[in-house]
Amino acid sequence: MDNILPSVIGGILIGLSASMMLLFNGRVTGISNIISSLLSHSFKENYWRYLFIVGLLIGGLALKLYNSETFVNTSQRGILALIISGFLVGFGTQTGSGCTSGHGVCGVSRFSKRSIVATVVFIIFGIISVRVMTVLSGAL
Amino acid sequence: MKKEIVALVSGFIFSIGLGISGMTQPQNVIGFLDLQNWNPQLLFVMLGAVLTHAILYRIIRKRNTPMFDSVWHITTKKEINAKLIIGSAVFGIGWGIGGFCPGPAITSLVSFELNVYIFVISMLVGMYVSLKSSGAVK
Repeated sequence: MDNILPSVIGGILIGLSASMMLLFNGRVTGISNIISSLLSHSFKENYWRYLFIVGLLIGGLALKLYNSETFVNTSQRGILALIISGFLVGFGTQTGSGCTSGHGVCGVSRFSKRSIVATVVFIIFGIISVRVMTVLSGAL
Repeated sequence: MKKEIVALVSGFIFSIGLGISGMTQPQNVIGFLDLQNWNPQLLFVMLGAVLTHAILYRIIRKRNTPMFDSVWHITTKKEINAKLIIGSAVFGIGWGIGGFCPGPAITSLVSFELNVYIFVISMLVGMYVSLKSSGAVK
């Protein structure tokens, strides 16, 4: 239960970050789009996207310095699982036009039906996926 | 220049939010998606984020334009179609397998863990394949 407050505070920071991008730059903070645009747009068009990602990385360094546990991964997912998972996340977010930040935070916040549907769908399939992974790792 | 600085600061705040809420730890994400052994952290992250952004969104959108741009860059797409649903389903499946979505994955690159690099490279390949098949890249 002592994880709840940091989670809410972290969420508020995420909401503030998205609000900042909206107020100043008029943009949705859809991270899957920010990343995939690096592949499809010109370098000049992507300056702000590169800087956003640099911001993520600098924040990552700050987190790492402050708390060495920040990136500890006890999920026990093997290399094959990560390759498949990465590919599906990349392909799925691009096809579905967004991820947890774009649809889940920004889209839901503005009551976009598309985003609400997308969010419900990816959560449901995430739940199914974890169940399958649990069964599979039990069987092996 | 101003827009780029906003993006930099915004990215920084975003990743701090991810880190302090535990979302950079895949086991916490998988725990949220695991109904048998439920970890509610992600729910509270979403609540914090959506409540904050929903309120500010309405206030901000009262303006005619953003502060550093002349137009709003918000999609006007409304249609709930197969692409949206299938894409979201595929994303959800991948999310549950790895416990990573794009934001935390990029942020985690600073850990120099092999897992993260494998995930991110695979993610970029997946994005590229999707872009290519839709004709967005040649």
